[in-house]
Amino acid sequence: MTYRDAVAHAIAQEMARDPSVVFIGEDVGAAGGVFKATVGLLDRFGPTRVVDTPISEQAIIGAAMGAAMTGLRPIAEIMFSDFFAVCWDIVANEIAKARYMTNGQLALPLVIRSANGGGARFGAQHSQSVENWAMAIPGLKVVAPSTARDVAGLLAAAVRDPDPVLFFEQKSLYPSRGEVPDGEVVDELGRAAVVRRGSDATVVALAAMVPRALEAASLLCADGVEVTVVDLRSLVPLDVTTVAASVAETGHLVTVEENPRLCGWGAELASIIAEEHLFDLDGPIVRVTTPHVPLPAADALEDAAMPSVERIVEGVRRSLA
Amino acid sequence: MKELADLATSASHEAAPPPRDVRLRIYARMVEMRDFEKRAHDLFLQGLVKGTSHLGLGQEAIAAGFGAAMAPGDYTFATYRGHNHTLARGVAMAAVMAELMGRAGGLMAGKGGSMHLTTVGKRMMGSYAIVGAHLTIANGAAWSAKLRGTKDVVVCFFGDGATNIGAFHEALNLAAVWSLPVVFCCENNRYMEYTPISHVTAVEHPAADRAAAYGLSPVLVDGNDADATYAVAVAAIARARAGEGPSLVEAETYRHGGHSRADPGKYRPEEELQAWLSRDPIPRYRQRLVESGVDASTLEEIELSSARAVDEATQEAMASPPPDLFVVERDVWADGGSSWRR
Ligand SMILES: Cc1ncc(C[n+]2csc(CCOP(=O)(O)OP(=O)(O)O)c2C)c(N)n1
Ligand SMILES: [Mg+2]
Repeated sequence: MTYRDAVAHAIAQEMARDPSVVFIGEDVGAAGGVFKATVGLLDRFGPTRVVDTPISEQAIIGAAMGAAMTGLRPIAEIMFSDFFAVCWDIVANEIAKARYMTNGQLALPLVIRSANGGGARFGAQHSQSVENWAMAIPGLKVVAPSTARDVAGLLAAAVRDPDPVLFFEQKSLYPSRGEVPDGEVVDELGRAAVVRRGSDATVVALAAMVPRALEAASLLCADGVEVTVVDLRSLVPLDVTTVAASVAETGHLVTVEENPRLCGWGAELASIIAEEHLFDLDGPIVRVTTPHVPLPAADALEDAAMPSVERIVEGVRRSLA
Repeated sequence: MKELADLATSASHEAAPPPRDVRLRIYARMVEMRDFEKRAHDLFLQGLVKGTSHLGLGQEAIAAGFGAAMAPGDYTFATYRGHNHTLARGVAMAAVMAELMGRAGGLMAGKGGSMHLTTVGKRMMGSYAIVGAHLTIANGAAWSAKLRGTKDVVVCFFGDGATNIGAFHEALNLAAVWSLPVVFCCENNRYMEYTPISHVTAVEHPAADRAAAYGLSPVLVDGNDADATYAVAVAAIARARAGEGPSLVEAETYRHGGHSRADPGKYRPEEELQAWLSRDPIPRYRQRLVESGVDASTLEEIELSSARAVDEATQEAMASPPPDLFVVERDVWADGGSSWRR
């Protein structure tokens, strides 16, 4: 199954299971989504539960919030994650703070899915990796799968979660294929996965950076360097335990982040490891990130900006030097 | 003022006056709101209510009229100027007062404050302090009520200033397109914080004149006439409950005090203020009740019992201890805690 099909698969699984699950967004119904990730849902569940909206990001996310506080479990789509900026008030001030401000009176079981990140040559306003924006807001959970299997399991878990979850689908991964087991797939949020084991260094990656980290690991292996690759899978909750346990074995930490450098998720992870596990480290923590720039459009420029396999290899070598 | 005088004659006398018991309930509520907010203001000046507070003094006829027209299952969404809308749903005064004072016994144990009063159990779904945002959230509750097949209606209050923010447009359009059971009520008190709405708005009636853009009929009502606001609320809520879609009501009113805190409101012309003070919704309603044959002792009893209730609520709030500090890290997430890692 493709990463793209896993989205519709997971939504269908949850809508079939729970009649309170509804799905709204721009062009998500009749058109099946601009990335064709939600094809078939309108036919199967009808226009009451799968609803095409106007181009009104605030109204979409506000509707999801009001519905979530009154008994539904909405899934809303923000077509491109850059557009979160248009409705950030509803996300960051309304949704994220509601439970806290009301002393636990309001619960918001909702999911906002969005196509995130670069690789499609769409230019600066349709390509940014904004998962670190979300991570900075208390009250949100932040998930970013790297495989079709994880889209299925983590999206289902996000729908069932009692907290608001921002679910970042990396748009260059949509055509990627992977096994998705038959039957119901549901994961637990906040569990990183060790996707390759090696004793020389720990490389932590997210979403589209996971396959790149794995490729880098193969190249390094050919040179006799064995790295562990951790797929973080979610930023909130952040699975520090898995990362720290691996660093305790390898003594080296490299993060691979698509977000621009400043305040990227790796900065938080690096600070935790430095503060709590300094004496497990045998070399500097290295962060491989997109430089602190908006993403350029041209293929050569975009490729130069995003962390490449070569830069990951180089980052690991720097950590080991 | 001319058009308001017209409104007063048109809107309030078109519909038959509400029954006597409803009128007495509305009167009692308005008196309680007034007494409560005056006390809140005193306590603010004494430094016992901290931070900020936005009073609805002078605007009570809207909260009370709508409150009387709503069924227990209907939902309220309000702004930071939300004390009256909270009291209108029958929320205990002492808990509201304690919240204003930052005490453990507050409605949200001190975590929300004056601008975020919420009582989900009474379907007071929150007071929101980012101008305009809650109109979109009110839609969501209305959509949910509709999908779940309930007959519950949402009433969403907001200020005149909110009509110029994008969320207003997005919310009104979506409510109309989805034919949602929601009543949007603009409390046009003529000012945003300090700037008159007329200085920054392309139309005369910031809400009503825009209704047509959403396929809605303009509804303009004298917001200082509780019979009129009640009548308009009954009609709009009935329409929503019958599945006939949203309404946009503009209630013209005036705040007696400043925008917030200790603002004396000196940016407002004295004649304007005096004209509106003479249209104070409470004495006006009282007089109407007397003229309709309610005896003075009934009204005095209402007034005394309100004064007593506010005194008791104040004492109860004062007796409430400060919040336990552990709540700072409670209820960020559904597990009750604030831990973002494992
Ligand atoms: C988006 C946003 N901009 C500005 C403010 C600051 N602010 C708070 S209340 C207010 C005035 C709002 O006026 P209006 O909508 O007429 O409501 P009123 O206070 O008169 O009830 C402003 C500008 C805010 N809270 N949110
Ligand atoms: Mg105003």
